[in-house]
Amino acid sequence: KPASVKLLLNGGEKITFPLKNGYFAFQGIPAGTHLIEVSAPGFFFSPLRVDVSARLHGQVRASLVETGRVLSGNLVLEPMRQEQYFEKREPFSVLGLLKSPMGLMVAFMLIAVVVLPKLMDNIDPEEMKKIQEEMRNRPSPSFSNLLQGARS
Amino acid sequence: MLSSKGWDPCLETSFLHCRHQEYIGKVTHAVFQTASGKKRVIVATEKSVVASLNLRSGEIFWRQVLEESEPIDGLQVALGKYAVSLSRGGSLRSFHLPDGSLIWETSLYTSPSPAQLFLLPSDDLLVLKQGIVYVVSSADGRLLWTADLLDESRLAQTSLSFEGKNIYVAGFSGSSIALFRIDASTGAFTTLKTTEPLNPSSFVLSSGVFAALDTQGDIVTGLMEGEVVELQKTSLATLLDSPVSSAQLLPDKIPGGCVLSTDGGSIFVLGLDKKGVEVLQQIQGPAVVSNSIVLDGTFAQSFLQRVNSKEIRVRVLSGKEWIETAEETVEVDPNKGGVQKVFMNAYIKTDRSRGFRVLIVGQDHSLALLQQGKVVWSREEALASVVDTLTAELPLEKAGVSVAEVEHDLYEWLKGHVLRLKSTLMLATAEEQTALQALRLNNADKTKMTRDHNGFRKLIVVLTSSGKLFALHTGNGGIVWSRFIPELSTKGSLKLYPWRIPHKHVDENPVALVLGSSHDGTGFAAWVDMLTGSVQETLALPYSVKLALALPLVDSSERRLHLLIDDQNKAHLYPTSDESLSLFEKYMQNVYFYIADKGAGQIEGYNIKSQIDSGEEGGLVFLSQKIWSVLFPKDSETIAAITTRRADEMVHTQAKVLGNRDVWYKYLNKNMVFVATVTPQDSRVGAANPEETWLVAYLIDSVTGQILHRVSHAHAQGPVHAVFSENWVVYCYFNVRNHRHEMSVLEVYDKSADGKDVLQLMLGRYNASVPFSSFSPRNLEVKGQSYFFPSTVRTMSVTFTARGITGKQILVGTIGNQVIALDKRFLDPRRSADPTPMEREEGVIPLSEGLPVFPQSYLTHAARVEELRGIISVPARLESTCLVFAYGIDLFFTRTAPSRTYDSLTEDFSYALLLITIVVLVVAIAVSMVLSQRKELREKWK
Repeated sequence: KPASVKLLLNGGEKITFPLKNGYFAFQGIPAGTHLIEVSAPGFFFSPLRVDVSARLHGQVRASLVETGRVLSGNLVLEPMRQEQYFEKREPFSVLGLLKSPMGLMVAFMLIAVVVLPKLMDNIDPEEMKKIQEEMRNRPSPSFSNLLQGARS
Repeated sequence: MLSSKGWDPCLETSFLHCRHQEYIGKVTHAVFQTASGKKRVIVATEKSVVASLNLRSGEIFWRQVLEESEPIDGLQVALGKYAVSLSRGGSLRSFHLPDGSLIWETSLYTSPSPAQLFLLPSDDLLVLKQGIVYVVSSADGRLLWTADLLDESRLAQTSLSFEGKNIYVAGFSGSSIALFRIDASTGAFTTLKTTEPLNPSSFVLSSGVFAALDTQGDIVTGLMEGEVVELQKTSLATLLDSPVSSAQLLPDKIPGGCVLSTDGGSIFVLGLDKKGVEVLQQIQGPAVVSNSIVLDGTFAQSFLQRVNSKEIRVRVLSGKEWIETAEETVEVDPNKGGVQKVFMNAYIKTDRSRGFRVLIVGQDHSLALLQQGKVVWSREEALASVVDTLTAELPLEKAGVSVAEVEHDLYEWLKGHVLRLKSTLMLATAEEQTALQALRLNNADKTKMTRDHNGFRKLIVVLTSSGKLFALHTGNGGIVWSRFIPELSTKGSLKLYPWRIPHKHVDENPVALVLGSSHDGTGFAAWVDMLTGSVQETLALPYSVKLALALPLVDSSERRLHLLIDDQNKAHLYPTSDESLSLFEKYMQNVYFYIADKGAGQIEGYNIKSQIDSGEEGGLVFLSQKIWSVLFPKDSETIAAITTRRADEMVHTQAKVLGNRDVWYKYLNKNMVFVATVTPQDSRVGAANPEETWLVAYLIDSVTGQILHRVSHAHAQGPVHAVFSENWVVYCYFNVRNHRHEMSVLEVYDKSADGKDVLQLMLGRYNASVPFSSFSPRNLEVKGQSYFFPSTVRTMSVTFTARGITGKQILVGTIGNQVIALDKRFLDPRRSADPTPMEREEGVIPLSEGLPVFPQSYLTHAARVEELRGIISVPARLESTCLVFAYGIDLFFTRTAPSRTYDSLTEDFSYALLLITIVVLVVAIAVSMVLSQRKELREKWK
């Protein structure tokens, strides 16, 4: 929107607005070095250094302050970058949900519920029996036993 | 009546807490545009704003802010589609009426001087500037002709009128009157002579007739025809049928007549013609006169009179005979003060009769439209000129809220969360989305008049240059109360001080002290309740206040002791009670203050010597004595900026632990003053010789007058802006050689504590809890560095948080009227091109020549706080967050969390999702329990 763009000379000493076709002009500027700044919400413009020569019939030389680039020919200002004022809100996604702590909890639970019994199944039945026998032989270290053991 | 202007909420949901209000300032010119299409009024204001307002609601269609330093001298609507403004600097600009875009711009002259802008009958524009007439085509801004009436000598108090093809100009040339007739199409002019010399006190020109009041109390009229103007004299006393000691012709133009006001307050409408002068109408009592408008070939004008504090009488006179055609009495807010300007417009009512509407500008800068006996809308334009702010805590929530309310709140809360969940899962319909937005905005929680847990709800009390106080609620930006104090003069400086901030007696209201000057130039103080806005007490001081000091002492009713320093450097203690005197006497020898005189280029330090007899004025008066002074060489240094630390700033830690486990101690001297001086010159950027300009920065102890540090920057130029916080100062200036803006930082460390271990720090004399003395010598180390900054700086501030633990952000108001939050870490003097691993561990950022401005660091986002003048930061109770209030022509409020909100969940944290997860977990546990039981049972059966 051109109506919201503003050009400022030497820190607001003079102000002008671009015309509908995008051109702008400062009138009645004495010779010397000036600084033009562009205020346009949503865009970042480098300040522009303009040297108006006193001897050479007001010849104008302009360069961008931020990069040092000299603008030749017509003065065409380009925004350095478009400003994204807001941090982009993460769109809702299953992956994002899974990444959250709660998602991780759910995932872990699912793994525990689904995968662990499968692991048990994968164990060889014979070995399983062995282990079970061992378990039977040794009294299972139940919690109460442990407590008793700690007391004695 | 307040206009219900909503704050435009920022659109993005995560920035719901920012609020932006747009204002225009006190209206000086207004042109109604009601002929076709949208009904609007084009206004120009004291703040150099040209704006188009909706005539029905007072909303801003568009506005353009022109050069602040150049007032708008004239405003006209040309060709029915262009709003043309004339700035003091000679720029004539034409804005397209529908959208405010610039159509053409012409620079007529460059030396700033007051001028007048007229619209010729041919729809061209005429600028009259001190005897030079410019006529400009309104279609493209081309200069058609100019006429220099007096060969560059000045013409003062000019008056101008048109009659047919001629333009008549009158003005003072020296003390005598000069009259001119100009051909409107060519610009050829003739100087008219009068039959006898004239030395009038005031004069007007009206439809080719000249009228003046001369010093003998006669009214002199003459027809501007031929080469010589024949003058007729009429005695005022015989004309008005009463003796008149002094009178004045008002510059308000009545075609074929003039308006005369006498010292008795009466207003006379005089008719002027070839035969002479006659009285057409008389209005008793003082009145404000509007512009005149054309109605069916005759003219109408309105006169506003104040009936009492609540009512205004509008009287409309019209027709050839100036008969009263309409009279209305309108009830207005008594809180507005008097009416200062009136603009009138006529319209056709539905029953084909003629109605009138008037736009009034109040003494409190407010703008209101009166129509059919009532106020249609009003705008509080005083808020465009905020000069000082304070924040007040809201009262604590009362116990015993009704159950229904809680239930209602709970239902709302649940509804909100269901909606929020739906939108998170992208199930919400468009309707629900809007409902959610509305719910978030009008959250009843936000606008409650009670304190909240996080300390986000506060009242911002603002003092405006009109002498009106407002309290704004941070939740929705609404005006809670407003109070106009007519005794306050708008000329002197105005300040707000926290008089009483209750901590113990929490149910009592905080009180603010308003200090200004009364109309005769002496001081004026008012005590205002910050929650209700009622003025508790006013006091006209018999002296003018140079400086006010808030002492760190409170009396038993928690009133803070204040010292007012008058122009003879005598100190007056308030409140004037015996208790405060006894408190002060104990503290007296510790009172030091300094007075900076920018004109003389010196800073003087004082302390309090003894109490003196106050004479008949009463009160507690103390004598001060000068103990030190710092004089800057006048020809090479002028004071550009003085900054101190905020008295109520919280500093969390005195020590800074470096990556190599060294400890540096911050030099936290509350009496340290930062002073920047620049080489005096004409302040224009292009004019200075870059080799000869210097900026010198001083750190001065305001108790001893000792210069703690001095650093100079070559090729630097003001204006200088500075912020001072903890042990560092950040200041910015313009580098003439590189033609870029620079920001420098100075950090002060106390090196005399070197070699102390942590235990000693905690127990020993370097502990922050040990009273600090300016007189104990310190071995200071000052670190500094400078960086480029990509924008002109208007103002700077720094964030304050409740405990000072959170990192600091520097709030920079740019020339583009945006607020940038710059992390202090970027302004670390220890940044180097290649930081060591230890420094990296500490978080030192590698050196870069410029300061980075990330798009996300704009606190204002896409909004512009026009003519940004100040940024205030207030700590919330939540340590991570700080409330930021920026003011200029606009007001802007937001919250910022310099180190992110580490101590709270974000506002739109999905509680519903959390609940659902828990429910799912519980269900899963229950199901798996049942399943496992069954499985166990089966196992056992095997």
